[in-house]
Formats: sequence, C-alpha cells, structure tokens
Amino acid sequence: MLRFIARRLLLMVPVLFGLSVLLFAWVRALPGDPARALLGERASDAGVARVNEVYGFDRPVLEQYGVYVGALLRGDLGTSIQTGRPVTTSFLEYFPATLELALAALLFAVVLGVPLGYLAARHRGGLVDSVVVSGSLLGVVTPVFFLAILLKLVFASWLGWLPSGLRQDPRLDATHVTNFYVLDGMLTGEWDAAWDALVHLVLPGIALGTIPLAIIVRITRASVAEVLDEDHVRTARAKGLAAGTISRRHVLRNALLPVMTTIGLQAGLLLSGAVLTETVFSFNGIGSYLFGAITDRDYPVLQGFILFIALIYCLINLLVDVLHGVVDPRVRVS
Amino acid sequence: MRSTSIRRTGAGVAAVLLVGSVLAGCVESERDGKENTFVFAASAAPKTLDPFYASDGETFRVTRQIYEGLVGTEPGTVEPAPLLAESWTQSDDGLSYTFDLEDGVTFHDGTPFDAEAVCANFERWSATPEVNQTDDKAYYYGKLFRGFATGATAESAIYAGCSADDELTATITLDAPFAGFIAAMSLPAFAMQSPTALEEYQDDESASVLTTPYGTEHPTGTGPFEFASWNQGSGEVRLTPYDDYWGEAAKVDEVVVVEIDTARGRAEALRNGEIDGFDLVGPADVESLADEGFSIENRPAFNILYLAFNQAQAPFDDIRVRQAIAHAIDKEAVISASMPDGTEPADQFVPELVDGYAADVPTYEHDPELARQLLEEAGVAGTTITFNYPTNISRPYMPQPDDTFNIVRSQLEAVGLTVEPVAAEWTDYLEQVQNTPDHGIHLLGWTGDYDDPDNFLGVFFGQQSLEWGFDDPELFAEVAAPRQLTTTDEQRPLYEQVNRDVMEFLPGIPLASPVPSLAFAENVEGYEASPVQDEVWNMVEITD
Amino acid sequence: MSLPVPSATGADPIAVGPVAPEEAGVSLGRATWRRLRRTPTAWVGAVIIGLFVLVALAAPLLTPYEPASTRWAAEVSTTNVPGPSAEHWLGLDRYGADMATQLLYGARTSLLYGVVSTLIGLLAGTALGALAGGAGAVGGRVGAWVDATIMRVVDVMLAVPSLLLAVSIAAVLGKSGTAIVVAIGAAQVPVFARLLRSSMLAQAGADYVLAANALGLRRSRIVMSHLLPNSVGPTIVQATLNLATAIIEVAALSYLGLGTPEVASAEWGRMLVAAQERFDEAPRLALLPGIAIAVTALGFTLLGEALREALDPRSRR
Repeated sequence: MLRFIARRLLLMVPVLFGLSVLLFAWVRALPGDPARALLGERASDAGVARVNEVYGFDRPVLEQYGVYVGALLRGDLGTSIQTGRPVTTSFLEYFPATLELALAALLFAVVLGVPLGYLAARHRGGLVDSVVVSGSLLGVVTPVFFLAILLKLVFASWLGWLPSGLRQDPRLDATHVTNFYVLDGMLTGEWDAAWDALVHLVLPGIALGTIPLAIIVRITRASVAEVLDEDHVRTARAKGLAAGTISRRHVLRNALLPVMTTIGLQAGLLLSGAVLTETVFSFNGIGSYLFGAITDRDYPVLQGFILFIALIYCLINLLVDVLHGVVDPRVRVS
Repeated sequence: MRSTSIRRTGAGVAAVLLVGSVLAGCVESERDGKENTFVFAASAAPKTLDPFYASDGETFRVTRQIYEGLVGTEPGTVEPAPLLAESWTQSDDGLSYTFDLEDGVTFHDGTPFDAEAVCANFERWSATPEVNQTDDKAYYYGKLFRGFATGATAESAIYAGCSADDELTATITLDAPFAGFIAAMSLPAFAMQSPTALEEYQDDESASVLTTPYGTEHPTGTGPFEFASWNQGSGEVRLTPYDDYWGEAAKVDEVVVVEIDTARGRAEALRNGEIDGFDLVGPADVESLADEGFSIENRPAFNILYLAFNQAQAPFDDIRVRQAIAHAIDKEAVISASMPDGTEPADQFVPELVDGYAADVPTYEHDPELARQLLEEAGVAGTTITFNYPTNISRPYMPQPDDTFNIVRSQLEAVGLTVEPVAAEWTDYLEQVQNTPDHGIHLLGWTGDYDDPDNFLGVFFGQQSLEWGFDDPELFAEVAAPRQLTTTDEQRPLYEQVNRDVMEFLPGIPLASPVPSLAFAENVEGYEASPVQDEVWNMVEITD
Repeated sequence: MSLPVPSATGADPIAVGPVAPEEAGVSLGRATWRRLRRTPTAWVGAVIIGLFVLVALAAPLLTPYEPASTRWAAEVSTTNVPGPSAEHWLGLDRYGADMATQLLYGARTSLLYGVVSTLIGLLAGTALGALAGGAGAVGGRVGAWVDATIMRVVDVMLAVPSLLLAVSIAAVLGKSGTAIVVAIGAAQVPVFARLLRSSMLAQAGADYVLAANALGLRRSRIVMSHLLPNSVGPTIVQATLNLATAIIEVAALSYLGLGTPEVASAEWGRMLVAAQERFDEAPRLALLPGIAIAVTALGFTLLGEALREALDPRSRR
C-alpha cells in the first residue's frame, strides 16, 4: 500500500509540472495587460511601461519562465500583482471558506443521498423509487447557478428564512482562528457564531450539493440494486437471515465501493462548482477570488491558484483510490 | 445486532460532543461585546491602509476614517475647507503656502501632530524610493507634484521643501506654479501619518510596501477612528473610536467594513439586516429600496460618462459624422434606460461642480432627421460602425455599460447606421481602446478626485492619445496653458474657453453624470454624502 | 497515475464490457434498438429532444420578430420591464427584445453550440483515445510510448476540473460564440480520449480478441476491425450525455461573462444572467430560460441513460 501511494505521489510530480508550464503559457496568452488592469482608466503609457518594468513583464518570455520555475522549485508561487500579497498566503486565507462550503455541500449530498438511494433500491419500481429517481434527474440537469438564484429568491428574498450571502453576520464580531468559521465558533465557545456560520452555509451548500446529491442517489441505488440481486444475498435471504442483517452485512458493505468512488470524484468537482456558487452568494472563497484574478489578469494568482486546485484534486483522487483498496481487497492485489 | 448499532451511534455522538467541549476551551474568544456597530458594505477590500500608496476609492473609504489631511472639503461640496490646518496663506509669488495647524491634535499612537510631523510627511513623499515610484502605488504624488526627488522624474518635480516655522506653522515651497495645490491637499493620499509609527512599522524601501506591518496592522493617523483588525480572507476591516480625537467624537462603538462585490448582493444584505448601509446602489435597486423604506443618499455627481470617437478611424474623422451621431443620441432616454434616478445629462467634459465649467458651450439637440441629413451629406448613410463596450464592470460613472450600449445602439440604428458590437472584459477593453488604434466609438469616463478642471480635461485631452485618435497640438497647448497660472481665479476663463472649444471640435459626446447613490437602513442617521467621497463616519448614528 | 474518468453528468463511468455473448447472431445495433424501444424514459427523452430540435429549426416560423433585435429598447427603463401584451406574449426582456422570440431562437443557439462543441470533443477525443488505445493494444515499445505520452497529456488536462478548463480556454479566445464552443469542446477531449482508450484496452483482453490473435490475425487489423467498432457504443452514450452537459456549460460560461459580444443575443445562459438584476420585478426573465436549459438537458440525459442501459446487458434485469 505504501509503495502504491509513493508511486502515485511521484507520478503526480510530472503532471503538476506539465500543468505549470501550460499555465505559464496560458496566462500570457490571455488578451489584455496586467499593468493596465492595475492602473485602470487613468493609465498613462509611461505609467504602464514603468509597472511592466518593475514586475518584469517586459523581459523576454523565456527569462520570465526561468524566474517563475526557479521560484516554483523553492516553493514560492510569487505575489499577487493586484494586492502585493504572496499567492500562497492568499490561497490559505481563501481556501478554508471554499473547503467549508464544499464540505457542507458534500455532507448534504451524502447524508441525504445514501439513504434515499438505498430506499429507492429496496423499493425498486415502486412510487418511492420513481420519485427519488426523477428528483435526482432534475438535480443533475438544473444548472448550479440557476438553482442558486432560485434558492436565494425563495428562501432569502421572499421568505426571509435564510441569509442571502456572506459567511457570517459581521455584527457577531466572531473570533477567527482557522478561518473555518463553524470550527472557529466551536473552538472559541462562541456557539452563536458557529450556528450563524452554519446557517450561512445552508443555501450555498444546497445549491452546490444538489448535483452530487443526485449522482450519489443514483449510484447508491444502482449499486445496492446490483448487490441485492447477487447470489450471496439471495442465499442469505434463503437462509432466513433478518432483512436488517442482510442490509448491513452483505448489501451496504458491498454497495459502498462505487458510492465511495463517486463521493471522492464529486469532492473534486465541487471545487470548480464552487466558483459559480460563490459568485451568486458573495461568498469570499477561492472561486470568487480566482474569477476576479482572471478579470484582473493577475498572472501569479492564476498560476498559483489553479496549480493548488489541481494538486488538491489529484490528492483527493489518490485518497479515493487508497480507500478503495482498504475497503476492497481485490483492488489491492492489482 | 440492532442494539449494537444503536450503541455505536450513541458512542459516536458522545465522542463528537466530547471533542467539541474539549475544543471549546482551547482558544480564547476575543469578543468584546460591542453594542452599537455600524456595518457598511464596500465593493472591494482595501489594498493597503497606507493611503499614500493607494489610489482607489475602496482603500480611501477606510483610510478617511483613520487619517485626516491638512485640508478637507466643505460638507457636501468640492470646496476646500480647513481640517488639520486652521488656515493657510499663499505667498505673493504664488509658490509658497503657509499652514497654521490645529492645536492639541495627536496621532493614535500619542505622537503630537505639529509642524515637524507635517514636514516629515512631505519629506517622506518626496523621497519615495524608485522601486515604489509607480502609478499603482505613489500615483497621486507622482502625478500632482510631477515627480520625486530621485529617479527619472526628478527633473520635473515641483516640490522644493518644507520648513517648520514654529510648532504649529509649516511652510511648503514649490518650484513651479500649482494653482490646484490647496484643493489637492484634500486628497486622502496626502493625509497626515504618524512619523513615529511610520518609523517603526513602515518600510518604504520594500517592494511589497502594500503589505508591510504598517499598511496591514498599524495604520496611524489623527482621524476619529483607529484601526482594530483586518481579516484578509473575508476582507473585513474593523475600526473603533479614537478616544482622544480632537474633533467631534464618533457616535458608534465600532465600524465594520465588509466586502460584497455585486450591487445586487449588497442590496440583499441590507434587506436582510446584515449591513447598515452600502455604496454604489445599482440603478434598478434605487427605487425599490426607497419604496421599502430604506433611505437613499445621493452624492452630487462629480463624474462624467462619454461616448468617444476614434478619429483615426473613418468616418469619425469627419466632423459631420460626429455631429450626426451627437444629434442621433437622446441623452434622457439613455439615462432612463441605464442610470439611476436623478442623473442629469452632460453637455461638456467636466461636471457642473467643477470650477471652469462653461455655461454656454455648443449643444447638440436630439434630432434624428438632422442626423440622417448630416450622414447623407458626409456620404456615409447606412454605414457600419464599430461600437466597443466593456462587460462585467460597473464604475460610478458607468453603472451598467451593457444597458448604456444597448440603448445608444438602438438610437444609432434609428438614424440608419449599422452597429457592430465589440465587447471585452474590462482589462482587455482598456487595452483595446487606450492602447491600440483598433476601436470605433466607445464608452468611457472619469470620476474627479478634487476640484480641478485639469483633473478632467488634462486627463482626456492633455496629449495625443490612441483613445481619441486625433493630433491637435493647438488644443493640447490650450489645455496645458492654465497650469502655468498660480490661482484658480486666473485659470477659470481659460478652462471655460477650453470647454467651449472642445464641444465645437466634438471629439466625443458627454452623455451624463450618473448620480452615485448610497443606501442605509432606516435607523442610520447623520451620513453626509460628498461628491468626492469625503465621508467621515464620526457623525453616523444608529438609532433604535 | 490513473485518474478516474469524471463522466460528464458525473454519473457512473460507463460500464465497459464485451458484447453480450447471448446476443451472438443478432447485430449489436438491432439488439440495442429493440431494448431501447421498450424503455419509456427513452421515449420521453426523445420527445423532448424532438420538440427542442423542431423549435430550433422552425423558430423563424414561430415568431414574427428577428432574434437579438432590441427595437423596443426605449420602452425599457432601469425600473420597468414591460410584461406580457398582445404584441409580446412573454413581454420584453431587459434590453427591449421580444422575450418569446429570444427564447425560441435560444433553442437554436443551444442546439448549435451543444452539438458543435460535443462534436469537437468527440472527434478530437476519440482520435486521441483510439491512437493511444490502438497503440497500447498493438503493444511494443513504440506503442507503449505513444500510449503513455498521450495519456500523460490527458492526465494533465484532467487535473483541472472541466468547467475551469473551459473557462480558461474561453478566456484566451476572447469574447465570441466560437470561443465558447471551442472551449467546451476542448474540455471534453480528455473524457472521450480516456473512455475510448480504456474501452479498447478492456476489449483487448476479451476472449474473442485472444482468439483472433491465436488465429494469427495482424494486430493492427484486430484494432481496426474488432476493438474500435466494439468501443463505439459507450462513446455514443457518453456523447449523448455530454450534449446535456454542454448545454448547461454554455450557459455557465455565459453566466461568467464569456461568450458573444451581443448583449441581447438569443442565448439562454446570457438571458439568465441579464435577468438576474431584474429578478424581483420580472422573475419570468430568469425563470423561463432557466427552465428551458433544464428541460433540454433533461431530454438528452434521459435518452443517454436509456441508451446506456440498452447497450449494457448487465443492466437489463
């Protein structure tokens, strides 16, 4: 197992390196000029030239690439052109928000999705099944941002039950340690702040979690159905084992594998879905920051953030494969 | 079996509770139970809290609460008014200014504010290291004082020196006339900062001067509020009242500035009661918020939105075509379709509030028939023109460019022109219209910094540019001439003439000065809007 | 490293197996068709798609107005968007275009963008995948090298979430409809490439291939006449499902501000974004295009799923 992990980690290096080269080329292929983005409509030609000189954008591309790679090898992703802050610092400041949102979405999807899928499989062809299956189909085909807008309209604007944006009520003056606001509230014993942060996660969490929910429902249903039909389950049933025991011992355990793979996959995709959700809910995470960086042509931020996202995406995939091996010994062999 | 599983679940819940309660003790809560908090939503986080290195409105919004300059503005106007300087005099040659300073003022760190402190600030600005002499940092100083003590601009720099005549009298001397000097001193970039705090926490030599301890944790001025915290991740800045403030003490216990980037998001947060007020209300929200009982404050407009012609491109080099398009446009309809209620149409390239605004410029009435006729005469009836506009951007002078584009286009089509739209993201857009000859008519504008016509006319027509695509040395000289004069009274007639001549030449069509609006919860009182955003929140009150 | 294939709708990766043995003698296509006909969801999907295509083609006959025409711009103000009337059944949109016309022509845009982008992804992806899979199945040092190189490139592309990839590509290409189509197409390439490759390699181990091998058939011939045709099924399924995703992604890119320079373009995503600021006063402006996107995507998803089940004998129970 350790060798497997080591090999996979090693293989990640060329992929990320290749990506860093592509990213370098990509940001420079973007139309527009970071200096102008920085100076706005008052930019004079001399001012633009001066900024380019200071940031080194006027040097030959190859030389810039050398500087970039050199820094990258030292683990330095550079500093943002817009804010002057180190990219790594900014990422660590914004990432907790996105991760918190993604976890909320994932929790919503798993907690609701697995039981629903199981229920549908147990009552295949019945009313419950049809409702669950059509509901999950609707979940897959509704664009995230449309759902987000709808949720906000209904639950924030019309009913006023839930907040429409931000991560926490600024008036609470919550203490922030880790920037995971719910956790911060628990750490400091500011339970009202933790609760408030949780409440703020509800709408964006549902918006972001709906597609994963729909998918998890479908996968759970399919894989439970498959296991239910397998010989050993039939045997167990024939042996007269209680239905509950069969579900736990034979069905759930065996059906879990594809479900887990799916959850892992969704976790990666949630990161990109977050871009759209964060935009709608004024949620200050990496998504909205990254999108701002595209508009501003903030080269170092674009390169660094996407590299980070790719790294996390790869790590999650690795984790999924490792868990796979833990649950299913057959995978370990191959 | 069932009971086992229940036991397991029970154990799990217990574990979570246990971990939770253990964790709960682990970090000290830093809450101090402030009651009367004023929460304001801005469209972006500040870039730094050292205003000298800033030039954007969102940074200044915060630094105005912390710092004060020698000169302020009369409430609600652009007129210079005493602030840290009680009064001032200009020498006979017009090159020296002597300031009498307010007595008993201290910086937040206890350092006294005196003539020495004033000179320390001026000397610091002039001595800005070359690495930070860029337009993204020391923009205003470089621009208005025409250069720094060192570097490529040293030749043209006009700052000569500062002397502390006595404890409360400081004299600034310039090398060349600068009639707008007093008005410029009201810019937040020229606010007075504590020399002791700068010494301790600021590093002007640093290439990352925006993120030094001074700019992020220890900004120190004389204003009614002092710095409390700045959460970089959420963009939240907290300020508390400065107890020894020399002026009117703040009426709230705490001020929080949060970042919500869309106008719609800010309006929603106000409706939900999470914020007490916000700036840059979207045109569509003004009326509905007012109907719902929120109070709307309008700033007197100090900006201009124009439709520019690129004369390097045919047929815009033909004055008849430019006149035709001017006659084709119905400014009232443009305002109704894309700008907030209360916006006035513009008839020249400076807003009415600016000293040097001319009452009698050539005007072009909405007259589609005449427009068609002129196009016919110019031989370009029915021709196709390129129309550039930016997307995903909202500026105070241009709240909804896509709506503005859309309505202007329909008016141009109504006189028989065919419009080819070219849209770009803001950055690409600026590059396209300002740095390439490859654009047609386009939307752009400007928000004034302080009361000086050069701040508008000089920016637009001070020199040849790719944006306008014409070369008229006579006009450039005419725009530059008033800068040689030492007082605004002498300058005024010259600028009025520039405005008349520009509208005759018609390089573009000034469309409107959109009213920037702020919205507040009903229980917020005492917010006074200023055309140049000189808004200090010590008078703001939250009533029950 | 092997990254799992994120299938476009995120649904379970398509089961890849040899042709069902019990279907021997009956052609794959006919067997699939027979099963498909018996699936009600396939019919619902087909009807939705049929209507969608019909509207897209017949849009000019269904409305008297031109698309993207903002003739009535003067009637719209910052505070008022005229609602339904005899002249405009669904009222005007924010830019003063006829809402009904915009919606109908929006079907045309979606169809065009969806089909073209999926075709781009399909052609480029299968070409790459077939090359890698073919080379891998043929084996040898060169084959393995070609396979490995292609798959590394695909891995790099897969390391970035697909929407982010599409956004990145579209941002470089500038603001145009073509940019969106190319971007979404390109973002689909790795999915198709992986799918075809793995499906071909899986077949390479199947009994009938081993038999062909034993019979002494040339390896390249086995690839062309056995592996490739038998891998087409899953690819078609994936393409149908991708049409749904492509339509949603077109809207998402428009939502993020990429796409045509025409503000009033008849494109559902664009309409949805524009409507957002006017949501309180005129919810229909956002609801109608949103529902249109969802229903169309639903049609393709239903058909795609039914097709998958019909193709995969294991799911026939």
